[in-house]
Amino acid sequence: MEHYLSLFVASVFVENLALAFFLGMCTFLAVSKKVSAAFGLGIAVIVVLTISVPVNNVIYNGLLAEGALAWTGISGAENIDLSFLGLLSYIGVIAALVQILEMFLDKYVPALYNALGVFLPLITVNCAILGGVLFMVERNYNFGESVVYGLGSGVGWALAITALAGIREKLKYSDVPGGLQGLGITFITVGLMSLGFMSFSGISL
Amino acid sequence: MGIRQTLDNLEPHFHKGGKYEKYYPLFEAVDTIFYSPPSVAKTTAHVRDGIDLKRIMITVWLCTFPAMFFGMWSAGWQANLAIADGYASMGGWREAILMTLAGGHDASSWWSNLVLGATYFLPIYLVNFAVGGFWEVLFAIKRGHEVNEGFFVTSVLFALILPATIPLWQVALGITFGVVIGKEIFGGTGKNFLNPALTGRAFLYFAYPAQISGDAVWVAADGFTGATALSIAFQDGMAALSSQYSWWDAFIGFIPGSVGEVSTLAILIGAAVLLWTKIASWRIMLGVFLGMVATSALFNLIGSDTNPMFAMPWYWHLVVGGFAFGMVFMATDPVSASMTNQGRLLFGALIGVMTVLIRVVNPAFPEGIMLAILFANLFAPLIDHFFVQANIKRRLKRTGATAEETA
Repeated sequence: MEHYLSLFVASVFVENLALAFFLGMCTFLAVSKKVSAAFGLGIAVIVVLTISVPVNNVIYNGLLAEGALAWTGISGAENIDLSFLGLLSYIGVIAALVQILEMFLDKYVPALYNALGVFLPLITVNCAILGGVLFMVERNYNFGESVVYGLGSGVGWALAITALAGIREKLKYSDVPGGLQGLGITFITVGLMSLGFMSFSGISL
Repeated sequence: MGIRQTLDNLEPHFHKGGKYEKYYPLFEAVDTIFYSPPSVAKTTAHVRDGIDLKRIMITVWLCTFPAMFFGMWSAGWQANLAIADGYASMGGWREAILMTLAGGHDASSWWSNLVLGATYFLPIYLVNFAVGGFWEVLFAIKRGHEVNEGFFVTSVLFALILPATIPLWQVALGITFGVVIGKEIFGGTGKNFLNPALTGRAFLYFAYPAQISGDAVWVAADGFTGATALSIAFQDGMAALSSQYSWWDAFIGFIPGSVGEVSTLAILIGAAVLLWTKIASWRIMLGVFLGMVATSALFNLIGSDTNPMFAMPWYWHLVVGGFAFGMVFMATDPVSASMTNQGRLLFGALIGVMTVLIRVVNPAFPEGIMLAILFANLFAPLIDHFFVQANIKRRLKRTGATAEETA
């Protein structure tokens, strides 16, 4: 239990996908103008990560990893290494999940669906999601760990984008120098945010 | 009325069409230091109050004086003690000034201590003031607004959280980063979301760790290494700490550390004035304090065999490191903190919790308050956002309508 708890805390704060690894920057910068939209997208990312990381974990451990096919009982199956198909299958799973999520939101939460607009399908290519999956593979998480890691990294990303949106709402009427208006100042903001998140670097849980 | 007359004589040159039109912000800054501005509100609703941004900033600045003077004395005292122990002094022009004014190194003479400390602190402060002021004035002239007095406070706070031996070029670099990147590019005073002084210090901390952390930087004597109270506790445990310093030593300030943060007592004197004049929010201070007490109590309760910091009780957390200074002067920065009253409590508590958390569980940083405040700054707008939303919702429920603007 303690192990899972520290994995969760580490994935939310210490290894924050947005502010420690700078993953998912395109959506991170584009949908952080308003807190409500950022919050909604954050929830969507949490859902997608929490499902896609464990699902891909099953696929990797059950089909793709070296010797994973041994359960089929076919002779020589333990020598098959399909891990070169990894990227392809992870993206496929993520795309399918996002498609389902999109249909769900369209039907039941149309307000959020409209607010997210094109960025909802773009979660498919959000590198935070794929990054989460690849970290899971690289670190050899088991199924339970991958659930916790998916949830934790999603929460971390959502927290970061909501905080950024809060700051950007505050900065709305700031007299930013001409050359830095818009994305320029946002990049600097994100850099300074990650300075704040440095407080966690070095914590080993 | 000599000053008034001189200023009045000069004034036309700075108005539109005058010779020095571009430098009006500078003139305005000097003018309002000496006199309250004569301009009055012309529309119906206005508040009559003698206090403005300038008075607030100068009050904060004065409130740092007890900590500043004690810090200078203490920096000199620590150095003189080390020199009496046989370490060489740093030499150079500082030595020359000390010899002229005080006659020599003598840890028992408060004058010698003060002068020696001042030869370290004052250059840091002057560099801060000059470089920070330069950027402030440059941006003010470029933007055509008045010089904000925020940099008065930023520069003194930044100087007070540096170790005495820091190279002056790093001081200039740090204050530049803090003022320009931390504040001015966001639109100047009132628009920054991070505390500029802490931004500058964090920048130095990560860019030049050798000159701002570790054991060798706190005492200005050649080759002397004296760990701060926090790193003693972190490495050798509470017993080692309390055998070396008593709690009262740490409270009054007989410990090595950054210039301004050694004496909790002197900081609390400043805090009393800040609270009495209502310039600093008591809610933030209370929040920081309660968050720290609760978290350290929790760690005391959990306990740990391998990490001695778990055992540090709250009254030690209060007096070692920069906790008191951060709580009183940094966390209460009205711009980068939360603005709603409930939000302030929560914001403070976040700082308190994070400070102890970093101090105890993060081996990379012995001190936590700096990063804790920066971290809480990130979430201050968000905390406000949710409290404002909750208030709107509550009002809607009560009256059934959104608040109409009364024009």
